[in-house]
Amino acid sequence: MRQLEYPYDSDYILRKKKSIRRELLAREGIRYIEKKIAILGGSTTSDIKQILELFLLNYGIKPEFFESEYNKYYEDAVFGNPELDEFAPDMVFVHTTTRNITRFPQVTDTPEQIDALLEETMARFEQIWQSLADKFKCTVIQNNFEQPYYRLLGNSDVTNIHGRLNFINRLNERFCAYAGTHHNFYINDINYVSAVYGIKRWADPGDWYRYKYALSVSAIPDFAFNLSHIIKAVYGRNKKAFALDMDNTLWGGIVGDDGPENIRIGHEDAESELYTEFQQYIKAHKDLGILLTVASKNDEENALAGLARPDSTLKQDDFLIIRANWDNKDINIANMAKEINIGADSFVFVDDNPVERTLVESQIEGISVPDVGAPETYIDTIDSNGFFEVTGISEEDLKRSGMYKANMERAKASASFVDYDEYLRSLEMTAEIKAFAPVYMARIAELTNKSNQFNLTTKRCSQADIERFAADPSYITLYGRLSDKFGDNGVVAVTFGHEEDDGSEKIFHIDLWLMSCRVLKRGMEFAMMDELIAEASSRNITKIKGYYFPTAKNKMVKDFYELQGFTKINENEDGASEWLLDLSEPHKSGNVAIKVN
Amino acid sequence: MTREEIYGKLNEVFQDVFDDEDITVNDATVAADVEGWDSLEHINLIVAVERCFGIKFTMGETTGLKNVGEMVDKIIAHLG
Repeated sequence: MRQLEYPYDSDYILRKKKSIRRELLAREGIRYIEKKIAILGGSTTSDIKQILELFLLNYGIKPEFFESEYNKYYEDAVFGNPELDEFAPDMVFVHTTTRNITRFPQVTDTPEQIDALLEETMARFEQIWQSLADKFKCTVIQNNFEQPYYRLLGNSDVTNIHGRLNFINRLNERFCAYAGTHHNFYINDINYVSAVYGIKRWADPGDWYRYKYALSVSAIPDFAFNLSHIIKAVYGRNKKAFALDMDNTLWGGIVGDDGPENIRIGHEDAESELYTEFQQYIKAHKDLGILLTVASKNDEENALAGLARPDSTLKQDDFLIIRANWDNKDINIANMAKEINIGADSFVFVDDNPVERTLVESQIEGISVPDVGAPETYIDTIDSNGFFEVTGISEEDLKRSGMYKANMERAKASASFVDYDEYLRSLEMTAEIKAFAPVYMARIAELTNKSNQFNLTTKRCSQADIERFAADPSYITLYGRLSDKFGDNGVVAVTFGHEEDDGSEKIFHIDLWLMSCRVLKRGMEFAMMDELIAEASSRNITKIKGYYFPTAKNKMVKDFYELQGFTKINENEDGASEWLLDLSEPHKSGNVAIKVN
Repeated sequence: MTREEIYGKLNEVFQDVFDDEDITVNDATVAADVEGWDSLEHINLIVAVERCFGIKFTMGETTGLKNVGEMVDKIIAHLG
């Protein structure tokens, strides 16, 4: 919804929050992920919850909330609360602020006393995080501290250990260090958001003393928007790719009319430098695993000539696909999505031309089309929307663009084979299929939240869930990593399930089965099934039950279990089905070309 | 701005904040007359009124309001 994308009107959101909520819920065909979020507050959280809900609904996340009683964040986390236990949160957000620091250094304190105070304050928070992690094994989001709105020591407040600002900066650093060494723990950086908003306006003592809001009510939309980025990133709702216009987007001028020598890029004048900074910003996304593509109305020859300028930061090679032609851009983007094998709704389309933006936005459901404004606001508009919010930089991210490129080479290679099995053998594939291992937990959780098409039950899991299944002896967990002569695809297949013993026999239930679409039709699913059957047999399991739950996106796996040799034992009206494999009967492997382990 | 004009804008604020197009308020309206007007929504109402009229109430002005009429008096005083 346009009103919930940056630049948004905070006053409008606050005033209209009820009707915005109604509108969001009235949208049709939205496949929500439902999540239980506990808000443990050190100040009033009512509006924070309500505005956060709007942003989350807009991301396709339907939250159910638990709110601690006023200022009971510490008690609820550390001593427990039966209501909270029953709620069983998927995520806990600890909303504390500088108002919750009960003791600051006094000017008369010695350095040792101040160090001790720092440790004491830190210990109290670590106690909260540790108890939450132990009890709920869930994701924790914690605010850091905003800078105080007054400075008793003036400029020395930041340098002198007796200064509040100095103390807060030290605490914030400690929070960061904790986040750096703990999984499933994220900092909501209100120190940054409040600075952008204006520290003095943010503090608003009036709202604190009247309503116990630790931040100005008017700042709540900015606060909640920033927080919602972390939540949607954790639940796999980040964008994956850029589709970029060229003329007056990546450089000044029109390359086809002006000629490549006359477009504004490089360092010759102010405009060229501005576009260069933007190109650098875009290029930096490549290393985060964001795919770069071009959707430009141009002759391809001219488009490439623009990128070939020696002072162009972005080179032809930085782009996975360049679509420079005269077709409508929505069609070009839809085709690129198909070719790369990602949803067209995972694109962010950047174009200076509002007509193109309107067309693409109206034709591609769910695509993000920021209103980028003038060239000097391109970076801010894209960045503030948090499309690609980073929750961790995996090895996977750093290699992603290369992997997609290799995939497109494979597609070319397959065209030269008549026999498909022969083609598969030519790929020289090897797979590592093993129980969930610590180094892959983040990737496995990411896959459960991102995979929509080749996904039988569409069960979404946090990393904490994944770790729990891996540690449970009644579970079988398997990840599959596939390599071939073109490169390593990384972890691309995941399955897990649990065994149930009814006294007479042990039956294994497949709770989740998914595969990344980048390895479709390679036989990886058969190699995975072989390993699952082998593991199940070694545990004296006699039957395996599989489940298919239909969604708007997973039709491609409707017949998955049939192809794996299962028998259908039940089917509901909504298309959900149950399948059975009897392990006492011989199983024929469908894997023809993958060498396993 | 006349008192009448202020009520015109104020009614819209009430309608948005309490999500009810039928609300109209007058000098005698009190919180109990409007469904959903509790202490938490009062905050939103005050913020929306401030933004609508481009004013900022002091803390003291918003804590002792007896009815909408008093709020309008304060708005007029700020608009001066």
